[in-house]
Amino acid sequence: MENNKLQELIQNFTPEAEITAGKQFLTVTVDKSRLHELAKKLKESEETQFDYLFCESAVDYNDYFMMVYHLDSTTHRHQLVLKAKITDRENPEIDSVCDLWEAANYHEREIFDLFGIRFINHPDMRKIFLDNDWVGFPLRKDYVDKVNVVER
Amino acid sequence: MDAEKIQPLTEEQEFSINMGPQHPSTHGVLRLMLKLQGEMVREVKPQLGYIHRGIEKMCEKLTYPQTIHLTDRLDYLSAHILNESVCLAVENALEVEVPDRVKYVRTIIDELNRIASHQLWWCAFGMDLGALTTFFYGLRDREKILDIFEETCGARLLLSYNVPGGLMFDIHPNFQKRTKDFIKYFRKKLPEYDALLTGNPIMQERTKGIGYFSKEDAINFGLSGPPGRASGFSCDVRVHQPYSAYPFAKFKEILYTEGDTFHRYKVRIDEMWESMNIIEQLIDNIPEGDFAVKMKPVIKLPEGEYYQRVEAARGEFGVYIVSDGNKNPYRMKFRSPNFCNLAPLHKMSVGYKIADLVAISGSLDFVVPDMDR
Repeated sequence: MENNKLQELIQNFTPEAEITAGKQFLTVTVDKSRLHELAKKLKESEETQFDYLFCESAVDYNDYFMMVYHLDSTTHRHQLVLKAKITDRENPEIDSVCDLWEAANYHEREIFDLFGIRFINHPDMRKIFLDNDWVGFPLRKDYVDKVNVVER
Repeated sequence: MDAEKIQPLTEEQEFSINMGPQHPSTHGVLRLMLKLQGEMVREVKPQLGYIHRGIEKMCEKLTYPQTIHLTDRLDYLSAHILNESVCLAVENALEVEVPDRVKYVRTIIDELNRIASHQLWWCAFGMDLGALTTFFYGLRDREKILDIFEETCGARLLLSYNVPGGLMFDIHPNFQKRTKDFIKYFRKKLPEYDALLTGNPIMQERTKGIGYFSKEDAINFGLSGPPGRASGFSCDVRVHQPYSAYPFAKFKEILYTEGDTFHRYKVRIDEMWESMNIIEQLIDNIPEGDFAVKMKPVIKLPEGEYYQRVEAARGEFGVYIVSDGNKNPYRMKFRSPNFCNLAPLHKMSVGYKIADLVAISGSLDFVVPDMDR
């Protein structure tokens, strides 16, 4: 589907969604409480059918985290980037999308491990790479590791 | 130990066993925690992180040209394709148009790289099933590709031949001739692979109908590359999001709907034929011109986000770059195919015997550094 039609459609789903037409993908930013609801609609709606989550990541912007979901539709062949902001740094939490896309399972475990973001309703919220007694979250910008990270 | 206290397991009882991290059929340091009932697999829990190097964190401290040399440490068997992904992302961000010559050479080496990778996979897959001869046949032919790489750029495995804006240096005068010789040679040798392993009744018994995975599941789990296409999920990035010289070549996407171990095997064999077709179409038409465009000595990406998808030998590889306008990326995320292809292993192998698990994980073609990053 064309980007502008997609834009209209998403505006209907969630009126308060912030939509920007990026150079590459259409980007939709929503509040984290609305994320799961919109994701479910995007996956299940006949016109959008975003059934392939090809990347899920998080970015640390110092005062907040941004969750980034890259979606693709195998029927309509259109892409979309879904974003949600998490402002609470002490106890970051967001709804898991694991029930919609099974691919999110490992991605979310990785983000939990390296960013410390907890996913609500995730079936298996364990660390994936680091030891269980590892202190801190390496991909956060304020992570300090005097032994392994050399400052230049 | 008191012999009376040891109680033998009954047939119904489940027990746990670790497969790996040091095990020849996991192809690297991957640990699978298995729950078995007799010989039947009841649960597979992969444990990752034995070679987690924090490459994404390291990239945040490096300049863009430097990060290229870390990407080939991920999936070392498709090094050139992963190098290309970062280069394409940087070129797209800066809106640099590379010469056609660069596109052609990159694509030819991509495909050579894919053939070399599938050859090594074929060697190892035969070994997993207990056929030792495949290893000698596969490596004999792979050597010829590595010789072409060595003559072209000096490296055999981790090429680092791509730089933002083009190639590090021009191709060797012998490149076209040697590549054509190789294609001629390999067209004769590939039927040997079929004769040796594909038609083998033991191999067919052990792979046909084993580890079925449906198309819906493949899409849901994000299973890409040859395993995804064996399930009927049309996920070839070369077709759907073409880059470099793929738009100039005619080729078909290999698709099967059976979704079992045998067809995951079949896809790769057919892809080797298809890769040779692509190379043959391009090799005689490499345009004259520069092998690189001049870039600024310090590359700074404009503020924003960039995503580049490429088709590596094992599936879809993606680079996600967040730039704040500095000479190093603010965040760099690699979507590695093996990490996503590992998740379905549990669902594929539950209910089969432990020897089938080895065949299934062999057909998914794991490269562990790519999972752990």
